[in-house]
Amino acid sequence: MEVRVANVRKEFDRFPALRDVSLDIKSGELIALLGPSGSGKTTLLRLIAGLERPTRGNIFFGEEDASHKSIQERNVGFVFQHYALFRHMTVADNIGFGLKVRHGPTRPSAQEIRRRASELLDLVQLSGLEKRYPAQLSGGQRQRVALARAMAIEPRVLLLDEPFGALDAQVRRELRRWLRDIHDTTGHTTVFVTHDQEEALELADRVVVMSQGRIEQVGTADDIYDTPNSPFVYGFIGESSSVPVKVEDGQVWIADRPIGLSAPQAPEGQATLFFRPHDVELVDGCSGCIAGTVAASRRVAGTRRVELEIGGERQRVEIELPVDHPAAQKSRVAFRPRRWKLFPAA
Amino acid sequence: MADPEIKSYAPHHESQSAAVTESPTARAVLMIVAFAFLGVFLLLPLIIVFNEAFSKGIGAYAEALSNPDTRSAIRLTLLVAAISVPLNVVFGISAAWAIAKFEFKGKAFLTTLIDLPFSVSPVISGLVYVLLFGAQGLLGGWLKAHGIVILFAVPGIVLATIFVTFPFVARELIPLMQEQGNGDEEAALSLGANGWQTFWYVTLPNVKWGLLYGVLLCNARAMGEFGAVSVVSGHIRGLTNTMPLHVEILYNEYNAVGAFAVASLLAGLALVTLVLKTLLEMRYGAEIAATRGH
Repeated sequence: MEVRVANVRKEFDRFPALRDVSLDIKSGELIALLGPSGSGKTTLLRLIAGLERPTRGNIFFGEEDASHKSIQERNVGFVFQHYALFRHMTVADNIGFGLKVRHGPTRPSAQEIRRRASELLDLVQLSGLEKRYPAQLSGGQRQRVALARAMAIEPRVLLLDEPFGALDAQVRRELRRWLRDIHDTTGHTTVFVTHDQEEALELADRVVVMSQGRIEQVGTADDIYDTPNSPFVYGFIGESSSVPVKVEDGQVWIADRPIGLSAPQAPEGQATLFFRPHDVELVDGCSGCIAGTVAASRRVAGTRRVELEIGGERQRVEIELPVDHPAAQKSRVAFRPRRWKLFPAA
Repeated sequence: MADPEIKSYAPHHESQSAAVTESPTARAVLMIVAFAFLGVFLLLPLIIVFNEAFSKGIGAYAEALSNPDTRSAIRLTLLVAAISVPLNVVFGISAAWAIAKFEFKGKAFLTTLIDLPFSVSPVISGLVYVLLFGAQGLLGGWLKAHGIVILFAVPGIVLATIFVTFPFVARELIPLMQEQGNGDEEAALSLGANGWQTFWYVTLPNVKWGLLYGVLLCNARAMGEFGAVSVVSGHIRGLTNTMPLHVEILYNEYNAVGAFAVASLLAGLALVTLVLKTLLEMRYGAEIAATRGH
C-alpha cells in the first residue's frame, strides 16, 4: 500500500509539532523516520496511523483520502514503543485480539484465530509461548509478540514507534536483522521511528531525516551520508567537522588564506565548510591547506581523533588520523578535506 | 527503561537486606506495639460487639433480629446499597476515565470536587439535602406541588448515601488509570476494536482489582453510613431507619441485645468484606502479579 502525506501540519495547543510535511512512501518499502527528540517523527507516525488528526493537509492510502478516517478504518498495524501488550491476556490472546473483535462474517472462528496466532508466533520465532503472560517474557520477546499482534490483522501498513528503544544494545542488533528478514518475507509497507541513526541507516530502504517539525532530507543511506543537503543533516548523521569560511573569487578562504579548495558555484561571502573528520588528506607545508596546532588528541577505538586550533580566532576543528600516524605527535598539522560541502552562513 | 509498575492491593513481599533489618529487640517492640494497638482499638471492640449480642443466648439474638422493625431496617439498608453502589460504580468509572485519559478545562476542579465528601462532615451533607429538598428548602415547594417526597423517605436516604460514598470508586481508579495511561487503549483501537470492546476487554480488566476494592469499600460505607442518613431519614421506625440508625434507637432504648445484634451484622459485613478481598487475592494471585509486572 502506498502512503502519501501531503502538506500536513499538526499543532498541539497552537504549538506546531509538524510544519508542512510531505512524504511519499512506496508500496513494500521499509522506511525510517529519523530525528532528535522533538523533531516530530512520532507525531508523523501517529498521524499516518490515525491516532492523531492533522490540523491541515491530507494523508492518502493509495488513492483513498484517509485523513478523516479513524484508526480502526485505516487498518494499520501499530507497534508501540512500550509494546502496550494486554497484560491480563496470554500471548495467544494478545495476538488473536484483533481478529476476535471483528464483527459478523469477517470474524474467524475461535479455532482459526488460535491457528493464526500460532502461525504468527512461528513467524516471530516464539513458538510454544502461547500460554505465557506478557510479564513472563523478556523485552525482546514482548517486542516480537507486539509485532505478531500488529501483523495478525493483515494491516495495509505496519507502523513501529521506536521499536527497539527499550532494549539493550545486543538484543537491538539481533532484532534489527530479524525485522529486516520479516519485512523481506512479508513485504509489508513499513514505517518505523527511531532516533538511532545506525539503526535507520542499516535497516531502512530510505531514511527520512527530520528536525523541528520539518523533513530535512529523504534518501537512501548512501544519499544521506554522502550528500547531506543541509548543515543539520551533516551534523546529525555521522561525525562531521565545520569551520566558518568565506568564499571569494571562487576560492574558499579561512581568514586571509586560501585553503586550496575551489568552489566556483558557491555564492560569494560568509559560509560554513563541512567535512567528515576521517575524510581528509594530510599535506606537508602549507600553500593551500588548513593548518593548525594540536590542541587535544584522543584515542577512539581504531583511530585517533585530533583537535586542531586554526586561524587567529582559535577556531577548533576535529580530524581523524590512523592510530600510528606520525602527524599525531607533531604540534602542527596541515590537511585538506577530500570531500566537503559549503553552506552559506545563515 | 523501567516499565510502569502497576499498584496492586496484594501484599508486596520484598526481600529484606541485612543492612535495614533492625535488631531483634527493636523488631519485637515494633510488632508488639502494632499488635497491641490493633488489639485494643479494633479487635477488642469487635469481640465486645459479638459478646454483647449473644449475652442473653442465641435465642434472644435470633429474636432480636426477627423483630419486624429490625427486618425492615435490614431490608432498607440492602436496598440503599443496591441502588447507590452500582450508581457510584458508573460514576466512578466515568469520572476516573475522564480525569485519567483526557485533558479538559476544569479537570483540577473536578478532581477536587470528588474529594468533597471526604472533607465535609456527613452531617453537613445531610443538612444540604434538607436545605435543598425540605419543606422550607429551595426545591421544597416545587416538589410538594408535584407530590414528590424525597426528605424523610427512601429517596433522600439514597441521595445522601450516594453523596457520602461517591469518592470511593473514583478515588481507587483515578491513580490506577493515570498510571496505566492510554497505551493499551490505543493498541486495542489500532487492532480494530470499537470503544465498547476496548473498555470491556482492555480497560476494565486492567482496573478490575482496583474497581473491586473500591466497590467493597463503597458498599461497606453505604451500609454503615450514619451521619448524613440520620439527618435526612426522619427516623421513622419500620420505614426510614437503616441499620446504623436502628442500632442507635435500640441502644437509646436500653435494648442492648437488640442493638448489638444489629451491630453484629454490620461488623459481620466488615469481616465478610475483608475475607472476600483476601480470598480473591489468593485465588487470583497469579493474575494480580501479572497485572502488576509488564
